[in-house]
Amino acid sequence: MADETKKRQYLAIESGEMSQPFRWSAGSYGSKFLTEIRDNKKFWGIKCPKCGKVYVPIRSVCGPCYTEMTELVQLGDEGTLITFSVVSFGFVDPSTGLQRPVPYGYAVIQLDGADSYLIHFIDETDPEKMKAGMRVRAVFEDDGKRTGSMLDIKHFSLIRE
Amino acid sequence: MEPVAIVGVGMTEIRRERAADTCADLVFEACTKALADAGMAIDDIDVVLTGSNDFFDGRTISSMAVMDACGSYDKNVSTVEGDGTFGAAHAVMRVLAGWGTCLYCVHHKGSESVMPLITNAMFDPLYERFLGIEAITSSALQARAYMDRYGVTEEQCAHVSVKNHGNAFGNPVAQMPLELTIEGVMASPYIAEPIKLLDCAPVGDGASAVVLATRERAKAVAGKPVWVKGIGYNCDAFHLGDRDLSKVDALQAAARKAYSMAGISDPRAQVDLVELSEVFSYMELMWLEGLGLCEMGQAGKFTALGNTAHDGVLPVNASGGCISANPVLVAGLNRIIECALQIRGGAGGHQVEGVWTAVAQGLNGPCGQSQCVWVLGGEA
Amino acid sequence: MAAKRVGIVGVGMTRQSSARRDVYGIELINEAVRAALDDAQMTRKDIDAIVIGNMDHFEGINYVDTWSVDGSGALGKPIMKMTTGGTTGTTVAMGAYYHVASGMFDRVLAIGWEKNSESDTTGAIITAFDPFWDRPTFGGAVAGLALEATQYMAETGATEEDAAYVAVRDRKNALNNPYAHLRMELNIEAIMSTPYLAWPVKLGDMCPRTDGACAVVFASESIANDFPSPPAWVRGLADRHLWAYTSDPYVNQRVKGGTWFPAMERATAELYEKVGITDPLEQFDVAELYLPYSFAGLRYMEALGFCERAGAPALVRSGATDMGGKCPVNPSGGVLSSNAIGATGLLRVAEAALQVQGRAGDRQVPGAALALATGFGGCYWSDELVIGKEKPEKVRG
Repeated sequence: MADETKKRQYLAIESGEMSQPFRWSAGSYGSKFLTEIRDNKKFWGIKCPKCGKVYVPIRSVCGPCYTEMTELVQLGDEGTLITFSVVSFGFVDPSTGLQRPVPYGYAVIQLDGADSYLIHFIDETDPEKMKAGMRVRAVFEDDGKRTGSMLDIKHFSLIRE
Repeated sequence: MEPVAIVGVGMTEIRRERAADTCADLVFEACTKALADAGMAIDDIDVVLTGSNDFFDGRTISSMAVMDACGSYDKNVSTVEGDGTFGAAHAVMRVLAGWGTCLYCVHHKGSESVMPLITNAMFDPLYERFLGIEAITSSALQARAYMDRYGVTEEQCAHVSVKNHGNAFGNPVAQMPLELTIEGVMASPYIAEPIKLLDCAPVGDGASAVVLATRERAKAVAGKPVWVKGIGYNCDAFHLGDRDLSKVDALQAAARKAYSMAGISDPRAQVDLVELSEVFSYMELMWLEGLGLCEMGQAGKFTALGNTAHDGVLPVNASGGCISANPVLVAGLNRIIECALQIRGGAGGHQVEGVWTAVAQGLNGPCGQSQCVWVLGGEA
Repeated sequence: MAAKRVGIVGVGMTRQSSARRDVYGIELINEAVRAALDDAQMTRKDIDAIVIGNMDHFEGINYVDTWSVDGSGALGKPIMKMTTGGTTGTTVAMGAYYHVASGMFDRVLAIGWEKNSESDTTGAIITAFDPFWDRPTFGGAVAGLALEATQYMAETGATEEDAAYVAVRDRKNALNNPYAHLRMELNIEAIMSTPYLAWPVKLGDMCPRTDGACAVVFASESIANDFPSPPAWVRGLADRHLWAYTSDPYVNQRVKGGTWFPAMERATAELYEKVGITDPLEQFDVAELYLPYSFAGLRYMEALGFCERAGAPALVRSGATDMGGKCPVNPSGGVLSSNAIGATGLLRVAEAALQVQGRAGDRQVPGAALALATGFGGCYWSDELVIGKEKPEKVRG
């Protein structure tokens, strides 16, 4: 009882509506990558002149070789599932302020032609139905709704032949 | 202190917005420049240190963004979240502890956030933030306290703005070279009295890097090494009301330590050039006094007489200083880099003749609460 | 340049709990600092420098080093902040170690702390990742770790029950640790019946969100024997923070010579070579490992060389890592029992120190003389330290 009373005396200050907006530059390669997705529904990777690895997401430096990359390589919109999970706990996405609807599937995906992987949603919520090695395909947002972000890809789908 | 040398430096151009570049791109640019300057490849680097701030970057593990670009692949790497002078101090510790060479890089993109919101966040959520107080409005309190105590005038502060923006013409990386007059500075609008628009450093984007080495490893470098003679850092109280804002206790303690390590007993006589962090014009006067280069309260007169000009008896911020270019965190490392360039005769258009011993200063927190002082010299 | 050898001479920690509403962050820090100073019989004036760390966005405070001086004791002293996400605690320990090893300072206080209760942990963790490529789809630590768990099970045949054994062990050990956050035993059935957070990771597999602080005093060899407790010597350290994007760790597996957990394996290779470890299971008497979730207690044992790839389930089930086993893991209850992120890595180092000093109370491994302490975080980054009773001949790097 005494404990209860003590607890009630502890005040807390809420951050309320405080927000810190940011405007991150995609940079020259990031801009190219996202623009191509928005305008043409095409994926591009970037190739290291030293080790020949093709990276997606695009970055300007190959970390292991410590070399600048400039050669863009067009990739397909199909790929292979590397690993996956199904998220079932609700949380508020800090980018939107909204709770993501759960459950949702998401996966590490190797696009055909790329040596590094993307992470994205997958439209399967039963883990028993997914296995590493399965083929997947990107599903894009409709024309006119794409804005130049990774969410221009709605999700990947298992290719169910 | 065992000899540690700066053997390579690199600075990107500092601009209001580097839209074509991510933080990683800026870091790669700076590191590449520093390595080239040192005549080294990334394989010659034994350990990597980065510097960034999660708030400014809008990213909880801000160092993650640059892990590829800083060359840390398959190397030991760590991060200091604070001004470049502090991060570089830790880089020196790494070298002293047995790492032959260390690459230290630091980045900032002020264009990506709203500065007052970020600096408001360094104030206490319970007692201070509700005021909306941030870097400028808090510094205005310090400026007022300092100016009232010693009778320093706004015109004397304006001399700093005119001098440093003018010096920036000789420095291609500086963001804002401006031809100003005292009258022009005085006529600029008040942001928070007594600080006017032209008393303030700009917001901008940039990155810098240095390569540090032991004496042994410095031998392999073709260029002239610049030696770390002394480092001191120290922290004052946090709540503005817990401090006498007109005093420079932390800076004096930091300077004492750095001078003692460097064997400097008479800074005014022994120091040839200074690069300090004058985020606001009044700060150049306060920090000069805290560094023991002017008597307390006398820096305003000293400056107005032209003594700290490029060709004066004690050049201060020949690079243009922070008031011409202030990518936060990077700015401190740039003070060190500028001193190194001056000592080795590599400062190009803003070179001052005969610099052998130089002092660099950087800060963290509100109103220069936490201070770091470096002494650099031309010999080990 | 020869590094000074460095010993841990004082340790302090707060009780770890889900919400310390009774203290402001600065007070939480101060609790740990006072405890460490008392432990070392030092006063504030004896501190030469401070290194502090936490994950900024969990408390929403910028420049924590300047904000917290009242609590940390940094007034009039040198202080710097280090932060690297989950590895913050070990980064701070290593940072403090280098402050002393450099010869610049003799007595350095390392502080790691977190008040997870003050913010949205998942939201803050999501913002650790790249805003363009990773954030839009990322689901926080749980979802990221779940990807690893799925792969581990597929590649090794390990089961969710195998992982649950790790949680059973650590949660049971916490009963011996009066400072631990979660002090309730769970058996396999209990863990298996908890709901999935992100398949295959269940609530019972995950670490909690905790408020807590830890402070450790590092001292130079010239004075390390002048303290009430014998120094716990830092015998070696190494780290790798290899990656920048969430998916990058998986890439390395396809590279020639690439491995499962490259950061941990490379850091381990360097550390073991420096310290002379060829058989960790034999040579270490105890290990305090940063296992953020149960599956880590399988995969990371392999990456740390305690067994062959896919051998971890058998190792764990054999009891070799239980109290009384060949090499007890996480006698403190580990991260599964307490996770105040900024403190967590430092606590691994603190616990390892207490073990080799013989001061670990009910959680003591009898006769422990050599301990491994690790930190984990970010994009599968790994920090590793070896702490020992014997003073090292020389510490390389």
